[in-house]
Amino acid sequence: MRIITNNPMVNKNYSTDFNVEYFEVGYVDTLRRVRDYIHMNYKLLTHPLSGSVKPDETPYKSVMIEECKEFDYDSLVMIEEAIQRAEFMIKDSKKREYTEKLMTDFQYIDKSLIDSALESHKMFGNNR
Amino acid sequence: MKLEIGNIIINDIQFAEVSEISNGVLRVNDSEIKELILKDECFKDVTVEIARPGESVRITPVKDVIEPRVKVEGNGGIFPGVLSKVDQVGSGRTHVLKGAAVVTAGQIVGFQEGIIDMCGVGAEYTPFSKLNNLVVVLEPVDGLTPYEYEEACRMAGLKVAEHLGKLAIDVQPDEVETYETKNFAEQSAEYPELPKVGYVYMLQTQGLLHDTYVYGVDAKQIIPTILYPTEIMDAAIISGNCVSACDKNTTYHHQNNPIIKNLYAQHGKEINFVGVIITNENVYLADKERSSNMTAKLAAFLGLDGAVISQEGFGNPDTDLIMNCKKIEAEGIKTVIVTDEYAGQDGTSQSLADADVAANAVVTGGNANMTVVLPPMDRVIGTLDFADKIAGAWAGSLKEDGSIEAEIQVITGATNELGFNKMSAKTY
Repeated sequence: MRIITNNPMVNKNYSTDFNVEYFEVGYVDTLRRVRDYIHMNYKLLTHPLSGSVKPDETPYKSVMIEECKEFDYDSLVMIEEAIQRAEFMIKDSKKREYTEKLMTDFQYIDKSLIDSALESHKMFGNNR
Repeated sequence: MKLEIGNIIINDIQFAEVSEISNGVLRVNDSEIKELILKDECFKDVTVEIARPGESVRITPVKDVIEPRVKVEGNGGIFPGVLSKVDQVGSGRTHVLKGAAVVTAGQIVGFQEGIIDMCGVGAEYTPFSKLNNLVVVLEPVDGLTPYEYEEACRMAGLKVAEHLGKLAIDVQPDEVETYETKNFAEQSAEYPELPKVGYVYMLQTQGLLHDTYVYGVDAKQIIPTILYPTEIMDAAIISGNCVSACDKNTTYHHQNNPIIKNLYAQHGKEINFVGVIITNENVYLADKERSSNMTAKLAAFLGLDGAVISQEGFGNPDTDLIMNCKKIEAEGIKTVIVTDEYAGQDGTSQSLADADVAANAVVTGGNANMTVVLPPMDRVIGTLDFADKIAGAWAGSLKEDGSIEAEIQVITGATNELGFNKMSAKTY
């Protein structure tokens, strides 16, 4: 299992115990890194648009993926649709200015979604 | 299971020495409320205020809205598994302070809590502007994490609602409504000529701060199950959701779910309403598969002819919604989905993050990206510190005169996906 993220809080909390790939890039570029992995026979374990915080609101995104034996077409469709959706929402939105506290809140929310996914991942074990 | 809802109509709310209900007026001793809340060491202070319909008041940032209720006959108590024992609720008699609500406010995550305007154009977009609200603004002690703060706020709101609800134990209701759902075999046989319809109630459960609780259990951890609709009226489902003001279901929405109410209104006339399937919206894709499989199986197990499916939130819940819809339709069961839209400020873009041809009957709660100018109010309960940071606002949203130009997603309940609002769009 691998976590692709641009969220420094996820990187800080999970890089010791898990395989975390941290990129200092924007929301959509993080999704593009995930897409690159899917083309290398990884599949999505979490939904790329997880969380009700919209792509044009939060700068942070973390996605959990896993290597598999074959190319996973469903994951590719899902990530392409997510990229398309995020690009559209970001293009259409007005500029926001955030304080440091708000940036931390955004990191916190994104991390909480990965926390939640990790709980499920532990329950499922290798029987997905 | 049969439940009588005794509505005690509340026309006004006032502060008073003695808390009581008389002649449609809810009187509240604010010291009692403060004392109740400050028993929790998570809070360093609380402000208790009143907001009535039509007043020039803006409440923000709003976390939850709760309707005070109390069980006067039958099993269990309100908020089972949370404030009351985990007894099975949904039968007997429940008294409701109809027209009153407890509103909790606090800056849990600064960008997500919403706005309730009690008058003006913003008031038209939220059902909570029509209520006599007791607002508690909750100040956390230093160092509390958002998780701890959310839990403390959630519990504080429920405790205040329970406290006010108990004032109604001996009050004669102004009206009594009766709702009944029989056991499955009897219910199916009762109206054999009518189509059997169920309600698939999707609950937001993506992780801490996006949570819903059922009989006290985090619904993330459930597999889909069946509830009698009346259990939900007795607050078996409560909100722990801090994200997406316009389309999150507050506890008030759960208590007053309009889909359940309207399915009951057609029960025995056009449909045979047999029950509610609750399911979750987790972030983990295998969870989504499992839950949608189970939901479709339960719908088929009940022999449904039709199902109404409601969503909570946006983005990956669209995937849960479409998975539920496709799999239930594949069982030969007709579905109607209830959602809202993020279709851009001009409303011309694709509304949902997922779609399928099976989703050919859709009810929308409106376009959350639509913009509105909220006029300045004489009084602000809470703080405007986040008015141009919250979801749906932008730098410059808050004007010097106190007005706010923003998308309607800043307003609590504006595009609610249970249809608890006036907005919709029609195409045929």
